[in-house]
Amino acid sequence: MTRSTDGGLLSSQEAAERVAASLKKRGRSERRFQYLGIAAITCSILFLVLLFTGIFSKGIPGMFQHYVTLEVFLDKNRMDPQGDMSPDSLYTGDARGLVNESLMSALGNPEGRKAKRAARSILSSSSPSRLAEFAVKHPELIGQKVAVKFAVDDDIDSFMRGFISRETPESDRRINNQIIEFVDRLNQASLISYEFSDYLFSGSASRDAEIAGIKGALIGSIWTLGVCLLIAFPLGVATAVYLEEIAPKNRVTEIIEININNLAAVPSVVFGIMGLAIFIIAFGMPRSIPLVGGIVLALMTLPTIIISSRAAIRAVPPSIRDAALGVGASKMQTILHHVIPPALPGMLTGTIIGMAQALGETAPLLMIGMVAFIVDVPGGVTEPATALPVQIFMWADFAERMFIQKTSAAIIVLLAFLITMNAGAIILRKKLERRW
Amino acid sequence: MTDEVIDIKPMDFQDREVPDETVGEVHVKNPRMTARNVSVYYGDKLAVDNVTLDVGTSEVIAFVGPSGCGKSTLLRCYNRMNDTIDICRMEGDINIDGDDINDPKIDVVSLRARVGMVFQKPNPFPKSIFENIAYGPRIHGLAKDSVELDEIVERSLERAGLWSEVKDRLDQPGTSLSGGQQQRLCIARAVAVGPEVILMDEPCSALDPIATAKVEELISELRKQYTIVIVTHSMQQAARVSDRTAYFHLGKLVEVGETNEIFTRPAHRLTEDYITGRFG
Repeated sequence: MTRSTDGGLLSSQEAAERVAASLKKRGRSERRFQYLGIAAITCSILFLVLLFTGIFSKGIPGMFQHYVTLEVFLDKNRMDPQGDMSPDSLYTGDARGLVNESLMSALGNPEGRKAKRAARSILSSSSPSRLAEFAVKHPELIGQKVAVKFAVDDDIDSFMRGFISRETPESDRRINNQIIEFVDRLNQASLISYEFSDYLFSGSASRDAEIAGIKGALIGSIWTLGVCLLIAFPLGVATAVYLEEIAPKNRVTEIIEININNLAAVPSVVFGIMGLAIFIIAFGMPRSIPLVGGIVLALMTLPTIIISSRAAIRAVPPSIRDAALGVGASKMQTILHHVIPPALPGMLTGTIIGMAQALGETAPLLMIGMVAFIVDVPGGVTEPATALPVQIFMWADFAERMFIQKTSAAIIVLLAFLITMNAGAIILRKKLERRW
Repeated sequence: MTDEVIDIKPMDFQDREVPDETVGEVHVKNPRMTARNVSVYYGDKLAVDNVTLDVGTSEVIAFVGPSGCGKSTLLRCYNRMNDTIDICRMEGDINIDGDDINDPKIDVVSLRARVGMVFQKPNPFPKSIFENIAYGPRIHGLAKDSVELDEIVERSLERAGLWSEVKDRLDQPGTSLSGGQQQRLCIARAVAVGPEVILMDEPCSALDPIATAKVEELISELRKQYTIVIVTHSMQQAARVSDRTAYFHLGKLVEVGETNEIFTRPAHRLTEDYITGRFG
């Protein structure tokens, strides 16, 4: 039955026509929206690919370096002046002389001071201590002739990678013709190898790129994150539980809530300044220690943990609380037995994400002095340390060509940690997630 | 003709005048719980208006009335579940066996052990069937050892008519049961702490007819040991399971009496209109 057009109503035929017309328009705008979305996603994937190719193309080579294999005769008398095979004795022995002798013999015993100096500059300055270390690890090999791999100096490494060109005039080159000749000679004898850098994970901060590693920074990061976790997790969960379950909903709690949300948006460097002012200047705690770093990062992470924990608590249906109260559980029993357990996965997810955030944080650590040049691996939370992102920041500042590669290699390690942590959070959420 | 059309339309109960006096006998001979001049406010809003009502020992009393009439609110007063709502405030007295439940000396935890509750939606804990039942006895220290606890769990499930269905899978989650079984599990959970009174807030509204029939059957069984207060939207259910029925309207207790009296000869016009389905 067709309605008449009186009273402002259209006939059904007319209405159908208009609907068809508007449908076309709607379809167009929906398609437009779709294309926009696809374009956005393509764009971000492109950037991600660019980022990763950039980092990996520099970082993967940064994990490798060139070594020279030398036959060294481990002369007992010279290696071990005290004669007791103790590390003390081995480190004070004449490892330098032994390394030099075998290097010279590998190069055909060049004559002249200049040539000898050129030959010595091929090896990393850390080579004698590497030999001593080798002797400490393998005391049974003393008195024999063994093949030991020594890292080449970072300039030689640059040359081997083609960053230093032979065509450059000698005066503009960091290595002279004599050195190049020696390197060629070693190369022809296939004594130079290119392999995974054992300094990257076992070495600490150093001015020499070839022996610089991230061990100290990594351990420092672990100490710092440990402190951060120990403070932020209990504090964050307790705050979330209090605000969600116990606190009355009034103006005060509302203000606290707003401030926590605002705190999540405060730039991290501000937390660093606050840490400097409160913990180091006011409380007189030492600079550069993981304890202070951990506290500062905990303050920075707290909002993330609180917000995600509150969301997790809110996701526990009220009917479960009613059920517990209904059988006579007290408020604390209800919270401890029935609210926190199902909310825990969500809380942990938020915590892991907060920790990952803290792991990548540089600015606050700079403010509290964790940017110092620290060679020793920190043995505790009160020993001077640096952290992985700060190490990257420092390396990026060094002029040597090889540090650029080391920086990228360290970034890969940092990214690997971050991705592992985030993946862990996702797996945890998927695994423990409960549907009501 | 047009007049008739208007008459058939459900009447807007808001327009109706509600009497101040309750029709029927609010007192019983041996009351288990007594409510005297109870009013409940949500903020400024009056939800229960000056209700006086006895709940007799070992009787099933049904609270009926249109949505928003305050029957659930009053029910939640009996075990102080309204304490969990910040803006909720109660006036008047409620006694259990002569003890004032709002007395500061009475621990709300012990009150809720004496007055159990079953909710509208089955809400088993996301734990095993065994743990669901064992939780209450455990927190109240009812069982001396695990043998006694096993016994309590078995008895409670038996009493809820669930034992034969679940005895082989006590370690499975309570949420894996069907809706009707879950609700009976909740009843067993309430029974496990040995209450005197069981409050049921529309226990069958989320269940299918067969599960509803089972729960109703269970209520008839439980009336031997427990006093049961049941809020329901189903007139037939009230007629089937209850000894007495109380009809609420806009926060007031309009009429209370023996169930068959109420359903056959309602004294108040509002009650009659409601039970005959004129509005609601």
